[in-house]
Amino acid sequence: MAVATAPTTSRGQRTHKIHVTVNGVPHDVEVEARTLLVHFLRENLNMTGTHIGCDTTNCGACTVLLNGRAVKSCTVFAVQADQATVATVEGLEKDGKLHPIQEGFHQEHGLQCGFCTAGMMMTAVAFLATNPKPTELQIREAISGNLCRCTGYVNIVKSIDHAARVMRETAEGKA
Amino acid sequence: MIPASFEYAVARDVADAIQLLGSSGGEGKVLAGGQSLIPLMKFRLAQPGLLVDINRVKGLSDIRENGELRIGALVREADLDMNAIVRERYPILVDTTRVIADPLVRNMATIGGNLAHADPANDHPATMLALRASVVARGPKGERVIPIDEFFVDTFTTVLAPDEILTEIRIPKRPAGGGGAYLKLERKVGDFAIAGVAAMVVMDEKGRIAAASIGVTNAGPTAIRARKAEDILRGQSPDDKTIAAAAAAAAGESKPWSDLRGPAEYKLDVIRVLTQRAIRKAVARATGGK
Ligand SMILES: Cc1cc2nc3c(=O)[nH]c(=O)nc-3n(C[C@H](O)[C@H](O)[C@H](O)COP(=O)(O)OP(=O)(O)OC[C@H]3O[C@@H](n4cnc5c(N)ncnc54)[C@H](O)[C@@H]3O)c2cc1C
Ligand code: FES
Ligand code: FES
Repeated sequence: MAVATAPTTSRGQRTHKIHVTVNGVPHDVEVEARTLLVHFLRENLNMTGTHIGCDTTNCGACTVLLNGRAVKSCTVFAVQADQATVATVEGLEKDGKLHPIQEGFHQEHGLQCGFCTAGMMMTAVAFLATNPKPTELQIREAISGNLCRCTGYVNIVKSIDHAARVMRETAEGKA
Repeated sequence: MIPASFEYAVARDVADAIQLLGSSGGEGKVLAGGQSLIPLMKFRLAQPGLLVDINRVKGLSDIRENGELRIGALVREADLDMNAIVRERYPILVDTTRVIADPLVRNMATIGGNLAHADPANDHPATMLALRASVVARGPKGERVIPIDEFFVDTFTTVLAPDEILTEIRIPKRPAGGGGAYLKLERKVGDFAIAGVAAMVVMDEKGRIAAASIGVTNAGPTAIRARKAEDILRGQSPDDKTIAAAAAAAAGESKPWSDLRGPAEYKLDVIRVLTQRAIRKAVARATGGK
């Protein structure tokens, strides 16, 4: 692969210093403009929990939260995350305690090979934050950008419903 | 897949973006939601020398309704879907945005990008044709308002100059007796349309169609307006015979091609059936069904 060597202009540059907070940890890293967010996570930060499935914006295996929104990290440049927060699957567990969504996938057998699971869970976390009491149809719509080739989705839907229930109960307990 | 190397600059405001594009000698491209551009760059079908990121430009993400509905070019599909004015008064836009890609893509994808990309498979162009929208563009020489009928030139080509930014979409305020709907057939959730039809009607007090406009997705190199179908509807009551005649006309004006989504003959019939259904739904909404 030929590496372009054209000089940078004064305004646009090929490499950029970015400040990104990933799962609460700030990072200051220099990246090429063309570095995709998923490669930044996997290769610069060695956080390989976020998967690359299709690399063509179709499967959702690479889903992370960018400023709280679920996005396909294979279709966002790392430079776009400058000054932003990113949440990945590695940040779900807190102090040795699984996140309710992880508990849900465990309890309801929401995975087989596990390749889609990180993306599924990140989509679900963002979705449940906006819709704490979803119907089955709403769950199915919410994960329609995340492909699973193993489970047939039934147990994934149950897992997300399980998490929603647990999170509601916890919220009520606190109130 | 890794895109070819490029320079990247964050635009502070629209003037800055215009200047950056102008300085790039035609090599620059606007980066909005990136959900069409980045996949193209990964396949190296697009190799812009400079990306001008407009995502941090303020004032391009509002939705307001005064004399008309004004939608900022950077409004994401997910936000269009959730907007109260849109939900209440422009259900055709909800129809449209909800069938675009999937929720993850819709969290990034912008309405301005959907039009500027000028893919005949994109869903907003047909809806904007039906809504008689116009597009506001700003460039080095100032601002111009482009009627949507004059906006699309060819597949992936609009009348926008390389250093013009699409800033806003303007849609005439929904009139009394007005209603619209967008219907799309897709092979699977999140796919581009086999075909899609947008219909807008304005009904008079006697229950006749005073005005109608119809846009079709994936019916040629750009989204098209089915003008013959519109002519058939105008002044008529929306009975089965009139709607069937209009739908047949819309299929007659469409030029889909055979591909993985089906042979052209099949798509013509899909367009015919979707046109009927879209007109019926538009009429129902115009006459009180929201
Ligand atoms: C898996 C998948 C499925 C999809 N399915 C559908 C679908 O069913 N229906 C559909 O309609 N779309 C679909 N899309 C496309 C999606 O809606 C795109 O987001 C949209 O076409 C482009 O919007 P964007 O904001 O992402 O633009 P970008 O990708 O950032 O830009 C697209 C083009 O428009 C130009 N541009 C963007 N904004 C401006 C502006 N303000 N001024 C001037 N030029 C501008 C860019 O320079 C570029 O050339 C799909 C995309 C994916 C990845
Ligand atoms: S790897 Fe990003 S969508 Fe498939
Ligand atoms: S568990 Fe294998 S792809 Fe979903």
